[in-house]
Amino acid sequence: MVKLKINGKSVEAEVGTTVLELTREMGIEIPTLCHDDRLSKETSCRLCVVEVNKDDKLLTSCNLPVQEGMEIETHSERVVEARKHNLSLLWGPHPNECVTCEASGNCKLEKYNYEYDIPVEPEFPAYKREEPLNESNHFFTIDPRKCILCGKCVRMCDEQMGIGALGYVNRGKETFVTFGQDDFEKAKCVSCGNCVSVCPTGALMPKNKIKYRNWETTKTRTTCPYCGVGCQIELVVSKGKVVRVDPVVDGINQGLLCVKGKFAYNFINHEGRLTTPLIKEDGEFREASWEEAYALIAKRFKEIKAKNPDGFAGLASARVTNEENYLFMKMVRAVFGNNNVDHCARLCHASTVSGLATTLGSGAMTNSIGEVINHDVIFVTGSNTTSTHPVIASYMKQAVARGAKLIVAEPREIDLAQMSDLFVQIQPGSNVALFKGMAHHIYKNNLHSPEYINERTEGFAEFVESIKNFTTEEAAEICGCTAKEIEELAEIYASGDKAGIYYAMGVTQHSQGTNGVKSIANLGLLCGNIGVESGGINPLRGQNNVQGACDMGGLPNNLTGYQKVFNDEARVKFEKAWGVELDPNVGLTVPRMMDGMYSGDVGFMYVMGENPIVSDPDINHVIEAFEKVEFLVVQDIFMTETAEYADVVLPASTYAEKEGTFTNTERRVQFIHKAIEPVGDSKPDWVILQEVMTALGYPQDFESPQEIMDELRRLTPIYGGMDYDRLGTVGLQWPCTDDEHPGTRYLHKGDFARGKGLFTPVEYVNPMEMADDEYPLTLTTGRTLYHYHTITMTDKTEGIMAMVPENFVEVSEGTAHEYGLTDKQRVYISSRRGTTEAVVLVVDTIKDNVIFMPFHFARGANMLTNTALDEFCDIPELKVCAAKFDDKL
Amino acid sequence: MIQNINDLLNHYEKHKIKVMKRHGEMPTEKREVLVCAGTGCMSSKSMDLIDNLKEAINDHNLDIDVHGTGCFGFCEKGPIVKVMPDDTFYSQVKPSDAAGIVESHLVNDEVFTKKLYTNPETKQKAEKTSDIPFYAKQVRIALRNCGFIDAECIDEYIGTLGYQGLYKALQMTPQEVIDVVKASGLRGRGGGGFPTGLKWQFASNNETDVKYMVCNADEGDPGAFMDRSILEGDPSSVIEAMAIGAYAIGANYGYVYVRAEYPTAVNRLQKAIEQAREYGLLGENILGTGFNYDMEIRLGAGAFVCGEETALIASIEGERGMPRTKPPFPANEGLWGAPTIINNVETYAVIPQIIMNGADWFKSIGTEKSSGTKVFALGGKVKNTGLIEVPMGITLREIIYDIGGGMTKNRKFKAVLTGGPSGGCLSEQHLDEIVDFDHLKELGSMMGSGGMIVLDDKSCMVDIAKFYIDFMVDESCGKCTPCREGTIQMYDILNKITSGKATIEDIDLLEAVAHSTVNTSLCGLGQTAPNPILSTLQYFREEYIDHIENHKCEASVCKDLISKYVITDACTGCTICAKNCPVQCISGERKSLHVIDHDACILCGDCFSRCPFDAIVTE
Repeated sequence: MVKLKINGKSVEAEVGTTVLELTREMGIEIPTLCHDDRLSKETSCRLCVVEVNKDDKLLTSCNLPVQEGMEIETHSERVVEARKHNLSLLWGPHPNECVTCEASGNCKLEKYNYEYDIPVEPEFPAYKREEPLNESNHFFTIDPRKCILCGKCVRMCDEQMGIGALGYVNRGKETFVTFGQDDFEKAKCVSCGNCVSVCPTGALMPKNKIKYRNWETTKTRTTCPYCGVGCQIELVVSKGKVVRVDPVVDGINQGLLCVKGKFAYNFINHEGRLTTPLIKEDGEFREASWEEAYALIAKRFKEIKAKNPDGFAGLASARVTNEENYLFMKMVRAVFGNNNVDHCARLCHASTVSGLATTLGSGAMTNSIGEVINHDVIFVTGSNTTSTHPVIASYMKQAVARGAKLIVAEPREIDLAQMSDLFVQIQPGSNVALFKGMAHHIYKNNLHSPEYINERTEGFAEFVESIKNFTTEEAAEICGCTAKEIEELAEIYASGDKAGIYYAMGVTQHSQGTNGVKSIANLGLLCGNIGVESGGINPLRGQNNVQGACDMGGLPNNLTGYQKVFNDEARVKFEKAWGVELDPNVGLTVPRMMDGMYSGDVGFMYVMGENPIVSDPDINHVIEAFEKVEFLVVQDIFMTETAEYADVVLPASTYAEKEGTFTNTERRVQFIHKAIEPVGDSKPDWVILQEVMTALGYPQDFESPQEIMDELRRLTPIYGGMDYDRLGTVGLQWPCTDDEHPGTRYLHKGDFARGKGLFTPVEYVNPMEMADDEYPLTLTTGRTLYHYHTITMTDKTEGIMAMVPENFVEVSEGTAHEYGLTDKQRVYISSRRGTTEAVVLVVDTIKDNVIFMPFHFARGANMLTNTALDEFCDIPELKVCAAKFDDKL
Repeated sequence: MIQNINDLLNHYEKHKIKVMKRHGEMPTEKREVLVCAGTGCMSSKSMDLIDNLKEAINDHNLDIDVHGTGCFGFCEKGPIVKVMPDDTFYSQVKPSDAAGIVESHLVNDEVFTKKLYTNPETKQKAEKTSDIPFYAKQVRIALRNCGFIDAECIDEYIGTLGYQGLYKALQMTPQEVIDVVKASGLRGRGGGGFPTGLKWQFASNNETDVKYMVCNADEGDPGAFMDRSILEGDPSSVIEAMAIGAYAIGANYGYVYVRAEYPTAVNRLQKAIEQAREYGLLGENILGTGFNYDMEIRLGAGAFVCGEETALIASIEGERGMPRTKPPFPANEGLWGAPTIINNVETYAVIPQIIMNGADWFKSIGTEKSSGTKVFALGGKVKNTGLIEVPMGITLREIIYDIGGGMTKNRKFKAVLTGGPSGGCLSEQHLDEIVDFDHLKELGSMMGSGGMIVLDDKSCMVDIAKFYIDFMVDESCGKCTPCREGTIQMYDILNKITSGKATIEDIDLLEAVAHSTVNTSLCGLGQTAPNPILSTLQYFREEYIDHIENHKCEASVCKDLISKYVITDACTGCTICAKNCPVQCISGERKSLHVIDHDACILCGDCFSRCPFDAIVTE
């Protein structure tokens, strides 16, 4: 501690504190334009200057460490005079357009000019900044005239995002900020808009068609509705409409967002929203009242129940809240009378849930997002993290900047591969061989952790048997890489004391998905890298609340918190709470529901916030299933491809119109808050579900999502402490068993959830469908940065559609050459199940004869994908199938 | 290869003889010709001159070597040729004079008097360098080898005790080396005047494996060429010094950051590095001591701000050349985050001498707090412009009148600007003030890197201030508010003053912005940018007031305040004005009074400044 004086007042401060930090703690406001706690110290605006020991030279407080005996004046006449000068100097060249500037009310220059009495008529009129508006980005504009060169945008892009798309050109007063080569198209910009968020003036502004004034807006803190990162945002609302999204700095995203979170909010107030219930009559939808819709559902429910008592199924949703998923599965279990509830987690991390539950006892990320930055080794495989979990990818880049090693094994040379220490390009579907080969090399060279293995694991001897003869050469043959690459990968991974593995669909969406996940668990256990702070295995969950939907028992074998339906004790607890008898038999998974609808076994289908007609494999089969099902209820915010087949469509409210909680990929339960009234006659899903259940003769009368949470947490040990009054702004991470429990930052500390970590011998098996003479290409699928899932939300934003307007297929130069394809050409592609159309993108990031297609588009990639299932968890092999270029649809 | 001290001493003995003979310190029959191959003389075709000399020597079948050397300093009179060991000093030698010199001096043993320097005071021809007053008060330490050895030959450097300073240092402990540098009182010649030994101590105190030595050769002051001349004339001294510094602080690698506009300096430095590497004087296990050190050149693209050490670091790292905040200082956290010593070329150039001759020797030269010598690029309206090295403590008058030979055309001295665009203007009242770091600062100017520009009464001090702030407007990197915006606003106010549109309050505003820029700018560039303004306001305030209140520019420089130029009876009809008028608006017969056509005149002032008789006046 040092003692010093601030404005004559004696204070003590920790060594290393800056004068700015100290004065802020004391409630003294020192103006800053270029300072941001997250960024390196620029010290360029020179507004935060203070007087130190009466020296002539004023020092910037943002980078001034406190020292013993210092005497600081923060607002002496000289200091105020200097600040006024610097503000006047900034104001002189600045356009006097506050009246029409969208930033007005939010602009720090405007604020300080007011506070420091800077005359409107510039004291320094030498010149005005002149540089044309740069509109090349689809989401935001750069107005160099309004730029005060604080450099926050440049540092944000460089230091926080690891992108470096923005920089300065020219010098002196001609300096301005722009994209490389002035052109967004040629820049590395990913349109995350974090530059826009940190801009203190109106220089960087979102492209927005709605006019609003900042002082007429309200702000509501909530959770981003896109990927599983769970970024905290504020919805800025004007006249009942969401007009802007601002990131929140004290959330896990630390003020970072991706392009979707920042800009793709147009869907909320989009004219295409469903605003009234619809009933299909004679093949046409007509508007209906809620009462009519409920009455019809109740009528058909009874009719079908009479002839096909077990013919009921429902898809819960990874989009809606925990409370709503809880109600949905309660409806299926208590009202439909079976366990036929599942959701799209079946298609993404079913293998994680099954693989990790067996080996570790819990199927979730073992680390937290906040731990990413402290890994010493990061192994990314089966995850294109910059596209799917952009903010986590930014933390990975920050970790690399701090010295962490990054290794990547992927079929495509993804963005992270380009900055990695080692990238190994593997054949789609070869994961198990890769992980086994790595384990072999680690064991053979004594790079494993015997002490950890002894203390904390079981099954090691059997595991060693399974890998000891599986050489890296054999693995390399399967993976399509060299043995040396696998060995290096293994050595780097094993060298980490705090190594984190990050994986997603590239590992899980295989007929061997569960085995892939188990192999990852084996690697982690082998190197003692699970149950360690910043060391662990981390399945990245794809959707905003896919973790929560699983936690809430939106799965045919699980009640809430992974309590098994066939566990009598658990089931009885629910039966008591719900006052009904429950089915002890595991219900249908998504693929088997499709089969059931197709065969007639399922006659009544209830889909909430899911779009299987785009997202599920073999679309032709899915469409036929939906055509055949006797009665279909779809509850959604838009008329989706699936809703088109519904008998009743129920208009739901978006996340912006309701209260509740989402659980993100790191098991953190976070609030969403209502920012606007429900659009049209739409209702929050939890209201609809209650009313449906009531109409079906099982009355529910929750007053609020909080009441639902209170019911579910009493039944769910890992959610026991998830009291609304405790969640606050940062939320809580499960397991959080009671009201005193602080939540769990990383799993398996000391003991594994299942006791000992279980090594599992795993055999490598080829994907179910391999390229052959007839279908010589290997198709793999995935997401893009710009779109989300089946694009129902993202396609409402013009900029998104400008970036990725339609289905495309990535092919290598070699493949393009072999098939005579050129860039941007339209092609047809077929598999044994169907044909689709796409625009060719010739890339240098993919191997010959492997092609990649995003799964976002209707009648796109999933026309081709394979329905072959993993034997343990029914996940379809969406990531690999055989395909060929075709000449017609 | 020079693997140990014996190799070095043998090498020295061998090449010393050559150098000693050349300079008459040992008897010899063999003559050598030295020709200035510095950039100044090269631009006056000294390379052609060298070719012609060689050709003529060849024609006469003489066994005489011609060496291109570094700058002799007396640039006003370049290109310069010296015949050694006679020490005959020929000035303003054209390539066409080569045959004459060879025939007369080398063949017939007769001094080629046509190209001897004539003392303008005594009208006497000076035969030897020592007869020339320009050199009389100079003490050459940093420049000792410039014009003395062949700059492209490391052997000649070794022949002047080169690299023995390094050997001596390597026999000492690193701390002893630092102590010698500290005791010498050496202060940074780049402008700041920070004690070099102390800086080294800071870097040395950091216990990290990786440290760097950097040489700041980003000489950006208009008119300054001290660093360039040293790199062109004696590049090895900088290499040796950086190796000594590396040893002292515990570094093993160095960078010389030099501007790409200095191709000759870059080439010669590169050659010197390569030669040192060949000899094993750079690389591993230098002189068998186990010390490793190597270095490379990084080219700058010419931004003035890159002379600021943190901007220079950013530039070497491949970033945009923008200064970074201090602390941390580079000695603690510099290049790629490692402790880094950045010294200027001239600072390095004296270090081997300090190690060889001891701290006391260096301290005996100069003033108490500014020991040693300082190199100045003397320019402007003095007779003898050029590169000079003088002991600290010399007066401005000695520099301007004794070395500089006084004002050209014997005009009236008005001001001297020291320290380049970051420096200040001193007036006649300061002529007897001494030159050292602290004293110049007290007077409101600064040593800077050593530019010294002398102004006569045809200079307008407001215009001079405007000229320099204009330079800063262009050279401000754009990072911090006061420098980026303050410089342009100060320029704007000065522009109003010189065009007669200012009010007296503008002076207050100007002064206020200047102070605020000094006190709040991020780096040295901004902090010193207003110096020409502040110093002219201090010493020539009445000129500002004259411009504002009387719309009058005494020096007749500010065009907007001149209604017309008039030719008076003093005109001799020499026709110089008419010949040079860009719009040909001056007419008149030779030897008769000329007349200006005022309708056509564009008030460029060319005639005014050219007239040798001051016959042109303004109205």
